[in-house]
Amino acid sequence: MFENLTDRIGNALKNLRGQGKLSEENMAEALREVRTALLSADVHFRVAREFVERVQKEAAGQEVLKSVTPGQQIVKIIHDELVKLLGEGTQELSIKRPLKVMLIGLQGSGKTTTAGKMAALLKKKGYKPMLVACDPYRPAAVDQLETLAKAVGVAFYCERGSKDVPKTGRNALAKARETDCDAILFDTAGRLQIDSELVDEIKRLKAVVEPEEVLLVADAALGQEAVNVAKTFNEAVSLTGLVMTKLDGDARGGAALSMKAMTGVPIKFAGVGEKIEDFDTFHPDRMASRILGMGDVVSLVEKAQESLDQAEAERMAEKLARADFNFEDFLSQMRQVKKLGSLQGIVGMLPGMSGVKIGDAEEKKMARTEALILSMTLQERRNPQIISSSRRARIAKGAGLPMLDLNQLIKQYQQMKKVMQMMKGPKGLSRMKQMAKEVEAMKNQKR
Amino acid sequence: MSFFEKFKQGLKRTTPTFYKAFGVVGGLFSGKKLAQEDIDLLEEALYGADIGVETATEILEEIKAAFKKEKELRGQDAAAIGAAVLRRVLAGAEGKLPEFTAKPEVIALIGVNGSGKTTTAAKLGRMFQDKGSTVLVGACDTFRAAANEQLAVWCQRLNLDLVSSHQGADSAAVAYDAYDAAARRGKDVLILDTAGRLHTKHNLLGELSKIRRVLEKRDAKAPQHRWLVLDGSIGSNSIEQARVFHKQFDLTGLVITKLDGTSRGGALVGIYREMRLPIYYVGLGEQPEDLQPFSIESYVDALFNLKNPAE
Ligand SMILES: Nc1nc2c(ncn2[C@@H]2O[C@H](COP(=O)(O)OP(=O)(O)OP(=O)(O)O)[C@@H](O)[C@H]2O)c(=O)[nH]1
Ligand SMILES: Nc1nc2c(ncn2[C@@H]2O[C@H](COP(=O)(O)OP(=O)(O)OP(=O)(O)O)[C@@H](O)[C@H]2O)c(=O)[nH]1
Ligand SMILES: [Mg+2]
Ligand SMILES: [Mg+2]
Repeated sequence: MFENLTDRIGNALKNLRGQGKLSEENMAEALREVRTALLSADVHFRVAREFVERVQKEAAGQEVLKSVTPGQQIVKIIHDELVKLLGEGTQELSIKRPLKVMLIGLQGSGKTTTAGKMAALLKKKGYKPMLVACDPYRPAAVDQLETLAKAVGVAFYCERGSKDVPKTGRNALAKARETDCDAILFDTAGRLQIDSELVDEIKRLKAVVEPEEVLLVADAALGQEAVNVAKTFNEAVSLTGLVMTKLDGDARGGAALSMKAMTGVPIKFAGVGEKIEDFDTFHPDRMASRILGMGDVVSLVEKAQESLDQAEAERMAEKLARADFNFEDFLSQMRQVKKLGSLQGIVGMLPGMSGVKIGDAEEKKMARTEALILSMTLQERRNPQIISSSRRARIAKGAGLPMLDLNQLIKQYQQMKKVMQMMKGPKGLSRMKQMAKEVEAMKNQKR
Repeated sequence: MSFFEKFKQGLKRTTPTFYKAFGVVGGLFSGKKLAQEDIDLLEEALYGADIGVETATEILEEIKAAFKKEKELRGQDAAAIGAAVLRRVLAGAEGKLPEFTAKPEVIALIGVNGSGKTTTAAKLGRMFQDKGSTVLVGACDTFRAAANEQLAVWCQRLNLDLVSSHQGADSAAVAYDAYDAAARRGKDVLILDTAGRLHTKHNLLGELSKIRRVLEKRDAKAPQHRWLVLDGSIGSNSIEQARVFHKQFDLTGLVITKLDGTSRGGALVGIYREMRLPIYYVGLGEQPEDLQPFSIESYVDALFNLKNPAE
C-alpha cells in the first residue's frame, strides 16, 4: 500500500527533472505525494497541510541550483523545514540542582522505564538521583520502579498503600534533602488526558514539588490524537519537554513532529529500547529523515546539501585566508560537520545496522561547543578578543557547562587563529581552497 | 456502560472537527460544488480517526459522488455515507469465539510493549470465569521488571489460578508448565500473557515461535487463539505490527485496547482490509470489567455519531 513512501516521493519528483524553475504547477503533484506521505507517517492533518503550504511558499520561484535537480531541491527544502519544525539542535535538561523531574503520559507510554533510564543518565553525569513512585494504581507499578532503582543503583522512595500522591511527593523531597539526593524523578501513573480527576492529581503534585522539568512521555507510534494529548497535558501542567519512546521500532514518528509543531514543546529525549542504556538525546535531523523515509530521499538531500556545503566551504576558505575567522564561523563550520555526523547516525537506523554507533562522543563534544558558542552574544562571537573573565563566567553558566570547557574552546580558537595568521597571504588562499577541495573529496570517499 | 456509550464519551471530548463535518448543525455542503474548505473539513475528520489514507479516500470519493447527485447534502448524510462505507469495509470483522473443544483451550496474547496484554489477560480471565469456565493464567513475561508481580496482583484480585516463574526464566518453559498445570487441574481455558516485544526485534519474535512449538507437543493445535493486542491510540504502525506478527505467529484475531481515550482506533480498519483478522474484544479502561466484544454497528455508529447526532 503506502509502505514505499520513498519511491512515491521519488517518482513524483522525477517529473520535475529538467525544469528550470520551481513553480506552483510543476510542484503540485510532488507536494500532493508529500502530503500523502506525511499523513501515512501519522503526521497530524493540520500540521501536514500547513507544512506543505510552507514548503510550497519556500520553493516557488526559486532558481534551480546548478548542481541539483529541482526534485532534489524540493526534498532539501522539505528536509530542512522538517528539521526546523522538529527543533534545531539537541535539547538539554535544566541545569538546576537539585533537579526535580516529573514524568507524565498516557498508559503504557514508557514513563516508568524512562524514569529508570534517566536516573542512570543523571547518575553518570554526577548527580545523586532518587526515584519516587507516584503510581498507586497500576498493579505492581511500585515494584517495577523499585526493581529499576536497584538495577541502576539509585535511591528509591515510595509510600505503599497511600493514594495521596502529592503527599508522597512532599515527603520524598524531604527525604531527598536528608539524604543529599539532588536529582529527584517522579514516576506518575498513566492517565488519559481527558481524565480530569487524574489530571488534577498531577497538577497538585506539580504544585507541591515545583519541578524544573515536566516531561510528557509519548509513544513514537501514536496516531492522530497525539496532538490533543500533548496540547491538553501542556495546558494542564505546562510541559518543559517531550520524550519519544519506542523509537527502536519502525514507526515513522509523525506524532513527534505533530506534537512539537502544535505545542512548541521541545523534544528532549528518545527511548530506543527496553534496557536502561537504550536512551538518547533527541536528534531532529534523524527524525526528519525518518519521517521522510530513508534511502533514496536522504541521498538526494545529501547531494543537494553537498553542493551547498561546497560553496560554504569555499567561502570559509576565503575567510580563513584573511584570518578573520571568528566564533560565528566556527559555529557554521561545526554545523556543517555535524550534518555529516548525523548523516552517519542515519546509517545506524538502517535495517540491520541499528547496532552501529558512530561518533557518539564526538557528537556530544560538538553539542557542548555549540552550547557554549550559542551562549555568547553576537558581539562576542564576532570579536572573541572582548571575552573577559566576567564574560566567561556568564557564558559558561548560560551553557550550563564548566568554565574548563569554555577555556578549552577559547584556547582552541586562539590556536586556530595563529595557524591562520601563518597561512595568510595570496599563497595561503590557494592553499586553503585546495584544502577545502580535499576535505570534500574525503567526505565523498567515506560514503 | 455499553461499548457505544463509553467509546463515545471519549470521542465527545475531542476536537469538534468530527461533529462539524458530520453533525446536523448548519446546511453544510450545500452549494454548486463541494468547496475546498468542506473537503478539508471532511478529510481532517476522517484522517483524524486514523482509518488510513485508503479508506479515508474511499469515503471521500463516495461523498463527492453523492454530492454530485444531491446538492443539498448535509453533514448527517455525509456521515451516513461514511458509515456505510466503513460497514462495508468491516463486514465480517466481528470475532466470534466458537465452542471450545480442547481442554484447556489456549489463548496467547502477544504484542508490542505496553499495548495492554497483561491487563487484557486479567480482564479475559475474569470474563471467562463469569461465564462459568475455569481459567488458568500463565505468566510468560519473564523479562520486564515486576511483570510477574503485576499479573500476580491481578490474579489474586480476581481469584484466578496463576503459573509463573522468576525474572529471566525461559518463557517457553513457563508456557509448558502452565499448560501442564491447566491440563492436570482440568481447566477450560489457559490464558498466556507474554512479554511486550516490538515487531522489529527478530530474536524476540523467535521466542514466540518457541512458545508455540513447546505447546504443540501437548496439543498440536495449541495455542488455538493467537491474538495480537493493539493499543488503539497508535497510528499506522499498528498495521505494520499486525503484518509482522501475523507472518511470524499466524494470528487468529485482535484485541484493541484503550478505546476509552480520544483515539478512534482506526488502524483496525486498515488491518482488517489487508489481513482479514477479526477483532474479538475492545478494552475500555483499566478496570477488570472494562472489556467488551467488538461490534461493528457500535463502532461505526459511535465513530460517525449516528445514534445521537444532535450532540
Ligand atoms: N522497545 C521499547 N520498549 C520500551 C521503551 N520504553 C519503554 N518500553 C517498554 O514499554 C512497556 C511499557 O513501559 P512502562 O515504563 O511500564 O510504561 P508506563 O508509561 O510506566 O506505563 P503505565 O505506568 O502503565 O502507564 C514496557 O514493556 C517497557 O519495557 C523503548 O524506548 N523501546
Ligand atoms: N485507559 C486504558 N488503559 C489501559 C487499557 N488496557 C490497559 N491499559 C493500561 O495500559 C498500561 C499498560 O498495560 P499492560 O497490561 O501492562 O500492557 P502490556 O502490554 O502487558 O505491557 P508490557 O508487558 O510492558 O509490554 C497499564 O497502565 C494499563 O492499566 C484500556 O483499555 N484503557
Ligand atoms: Mg508506569
Ligand atoms: Mg505485560
